[in-house]
Amino acid sequence: MRVGLSVNGVPHARDVEPRLLLSDFLRQDLGLTGTHVGCEHGVCGACTVMLDGDAVRACIILAVQVDGHEVTTVEGLTPAGSGVELHPLQAAFKEAHGLQCGFCTPGILMTMVPFLRDHPDASEHEIRVALSGNLCRCTGYANIVTAIELARDAARR
Amino acid sequence: MPLVGSSVRRNEDVRLLTGRALFVDDVQLPGMLHVAFLRTDHAHARLTRLDVSVARQRAGVVAVYTASDLGDYGQPGPLLVPPPPIDGLTFVTRTQVPLVRDKSRHVGEPVAMVVAESRYVAEDAVDDIVAEWEPLGAVVDLEAALEARAPRVHDDLPDNVAAHVVQVIGDYEAAKRTAHTVIARRFHYDRGIGGAIENRAVVAQWDARAEELTVWDTTQAPIPIRNGLAAKLGLRESQVRVVAPFVGGGFGPKIMMFYAEEVLVPWAAMRLGRPVKWTEDRRENFTGTTQERGQVHDAELCVSADGRIVAVKDVFLHDSGAYDSYGLTIPINTQCTLLGPYVVPNYYSEFTAVFTNKTLVTPVRGAGRQHGVFVMERLLDGAARALGIDRVEIRRRNYLASGQFPHDHKVIYQDFQPLVYDSGDYGPALDEAARLIDYDRFKREEQPKALLAGRHLGIGVVSYIEGTGIGPYEGARVAIDPSGQVRVATGVGTQGQGHFTAFAQIVAQVLDVNVEDVSVCTGDTREFNWGTGTFASRGAVVAGSACHAAAVAVRERILDVASRVLAVPREAVVVAGGRVRAAGATDDGLTLGELARQANPLRGAVRPGSAPGLEATAYYGPDRGTTASGVHAMVLEVDPETAMVQVLRYVVVHDCGTLINPMLVEGQVQGGVAHGIGNAFFEQLVYDETGQLQNATFMDYLIPTATDVPAVRMAHRETPAPNSPLGLKGVGEAGCIPTGALFAQALEDAVAEFGIEITEIPLSPDKLARLLTGRRAPKRNVVVVEGSFVFEGKREAVYALLHDADVLGASLPGAMRLAMTADGRYEGLMKVGIGPVTAAEFTMGVTLTDRDPPRGYGMIVEGKGSFGFTRGLATVQLLEHARGTEMTYRAEVQVGGTIAAVGQRLLDSVSRRMTAQALESLHTAMRSRL
Repeated sequence: MRVGLSVNGVPHARDVEPRLLLSDFLRQDLGLTGTHVGCEHGVCGACTVMLDGDAVRACIILAVQVDGHEVTTVEGLTPAGSGVELHPLQAAFKEAHGLQCGFCTPGILMTMVPFLRDHPDASEHEIRVALSGNLCRCTGYANIVTAIELARDAARR
Repeated sequence: MPLVGSSVRRNEDVRLLTGRALFVDDVQLPGMLHVAFLRTDHAHARLTRLDVSVARQRAGVVAVYTASDLGDYGQPGPLLVPPPPIDGLTFVTRTQVPLVRDKSRHVGEPVAMVVAESRYVAEDAVDDIVAEWEPLGAVVDLEAALEARAPRVHDDLPDNVAAHVVQVIGDYEAAKRTAHTVIARRFHYDRGIGGAIENRAVVAQWDARAEELTVWDTTQAPIPIRNGLAAKLGLRESQVRVVAPFVGGGFGPKIMMFYAEEVLVPWAAMRLGRPVKWTEDRRENFTGTTQERGQVHDAELCVSADGRIVAVKDVFLHDSGAYDSYGLTIPINTQCTLLGPYVVPNYYSEFTAVFTNKTLVTPVRGAGRQHGVFVMERLLDGAARALGIDRVEIRRRNYLASGQFPHDHKVIYQDFQPLVYDSGDYGPALDEAARLIDYDRFKREEQPKALLAGRHLGIGVVSYIEGTGIGPYEGARVAIDPSGQVRVATGVGTQGQGHFTAFAQIVAQVLDVNVEDVSVCTGDTREFNWGTGTFASRGAVVAGSACHAAAVAVRERILDVASRVLAVPREAVVVAGGRVRAAGATDDGLTLGELARQANPLRGAVRPGSAPGLEATAYYGPDRGTTASGVHAMVLEVDPETAMVQVLRYVVVHDCGTLINPMLVEGQVQGGVAHGIGNAFFEQLVYDETGQLQNATFMDYLIPTATDVPAVRMAHRETPAPNSPLGLKGVGEAGCIPTGALFAQALEDAVAEFGIEITEIPLSPDKLARLLTGRRAPKRNVVVVEGSFVFEGKREAVYALLHDADVLGASLPGAMRLAMTADGRYEGLMKVGIGPVTAAEFTMGVTLTDRDPPRGYGMIVEGKGSFGFTRGLATVQLLEHARGTEMTYRAEVQVGGTIAAVGQRLLDSVSRRMTAQALESLHTAMRSRL
């Protein structure tokens, strides 16, 4: 099937099998390997990307379902040529040691970027609840929460 | 400020945060083929028919392999760790085969390998394969496995015993006869997963022109994998390059030699002449990746009347899974770690490792240490209760003293060396943990107050030690590039620990360069050729020390070359800020990059006896490991109705010797605690009686989330490792080692009145609910007493007098013989007569809280006796009054047990009468002294 979509602002058109997962499409067909796959049943959140601005799980969406839509992956947070080394949330993750192996991190970033956009005054508890759909085995979450709070506070200033 | 010891931000983060870091599944090569495996659904069954002919004909399928295609290549894998030299030890080696030949021994064992143009087609072809099985009856339960009529996991063995080991200190039986109290319990610890979010993956490419094989592997041990693959494939080691690039979490299971996929994917790539990739999916991970933690312990602790350990006995079964390829590392760790930070003069430890029809058991973060800590700490809790000794105090009494190091336990550890603790200082860590969790105030005020408000809070404090940083060795090469950048290469793999930064800090400090200018490469055999791997909390200790040694050697080279180039004596060379110059010189000298170029002459000659470049390789091979230690404490809340548990506070006081980077250490500990909390209360692999895993998804197997894990409050103690040049000890596993024991203790404390005892981990809300069922807290009635009274006297004087034991005693209905035992704490006896109970005696404790002289105070009153209990919370306020001082009081008192059976009305009237009497006698006592 033909699928046409915009990924990180770049239009793409491809012929794909109807059963192709969006996660595989992004990683294999478009080479955007920053989106990681951890469980392929929609629980771990590692594959989270933005679909028309909202966080979705790329492992339980078919590529053909996003025909005509806009997808943003972690690579889209620091567009090539923009001169931006790190998005403010990414910078906060570095500052607060909010990542260890970094495998779950892109999915967490792509969950929290729209969350902070929609909840600029989120409390620690609200952040933890929003984060609870993303599994991280390395960090024990504390520094991730701190990083998100740092980014929230920086955006408010 | 020295670099080692500071919380430098990580060099690796930008690549990881932007999605540019290379993980194995990111490797995409032209012409690459994809693999899917047929895995058996039968825990134990004979393979009677395997037909892959239809699968082979499917469009897009390139090859389908079964055991018969492998020939000799399908031999069982190596024994990764041979058994240690312990007298009388028995061990039978049974290791896994790449593809099932005659029978399956656990669900998930690979049976056939499909190689196709895409993973989707490969999965389709797996469905085309016809496999028929004759079920043999599964060996699942550890004790049933040892029964005479149990099916045998390995037909050629007489039973399911994989190993039997006894280690002894002193004479247990003789010592037991001298003991005051013996605590005997049976403990269960069950399986969980490592749970790396990145599943395993292998990509292999054979370059026929260069005659080189490159393998990208999510392994924690790339060099041993390279060595093993070369031997198995008949190649020279230099023809095989294994790369473990960024790896998405290790936690133990990513070190196993060999997983079937690790030997099959390179073999297929060479055979087919095309790159081949296999990436595990989560379901495969639940059955095909190794697991840990199944053990059953029968243990006894013998103590003296004052709670000192006289002797310990522990006899346990260890679940090996279907094969024992990793040897005895886990049960030996259990056996040794049980001794903890304590003086154990007599010890009898015996274990039997058992084959079962379940996934292989290899180390998962903690690697058997959890079980030992759980057994010892639970026994100590039992002893504390039996002897009426405080839980913190009984630990303190049994600690090795700071002057007792090195301490040789005279048993053999997992590294084949005697278990010697190199250093430690346990008492101060315990004090600090108790202080940070606010132990005394919790017991005195917080817990009783919460209980009166109907909330069940509990506290736990446990200790542990961890043997870390074991040999044999690691190495590192440090080289200064003409660009001025420093390149460090070491053989260990890295899975998020921060090695790119920690090693850079060590090298940058020695060479006095910026941390960002040190580029670290780990886990690429082309870059560094010797080493073992990342396990046993050893990366920073062993590879870090090797980095240090190599950097020191490079600094020597810098001095040599700079001395020649600058024409000054070595002693006059200053190495600072990435440059060298002559001491006292006015110019800036040379950058290290410029010096590196000078060290590599294009004309002329390298001086005899020297080598080009500013480069050195060094190795670090400790005789034995180094002993990290710590104390964990927590406060949790249990809802007895729903059996839900919330961790409210968590404190870790940890001693891993010298800290390279406190931020990284704290990250390791916090992550370990999260894993430990999962292991204690959320995560359990549930196998049914046929060996089927019942919860092989992240929907059914619960990894803790951000709402389950609190931020850990941490304190560091630094007792440097005496035999390490940097004083380093390991920390990777510490966070999760004592968590189960801690959880159990705090949980028991929270629901103390239910009288439950926790002897198994993992728990879960439903297991806790079952434990609590039928053990409802005793019925209680609540009596409220309130009113006011005017004393003739000044408020300050009244306040002061109310702290006098005699006066205070007079104010409490029925109190007799009250004595002050500490500031604000009183103990004594209380006598109450209600209905048929004419004179019930209670031991009584009173704690003053929220003291605000002279305005008032709060009071917690507890009474316990054979007729029941009473527990109350009172507030007393003193106000200036025209006739003196007005006391307003309100007390809410719970009365439970036999005495409560008299009914609410009688209780109310009795309490009113007693209160009136008490106020009268208080007034009398006051008047005489005001």
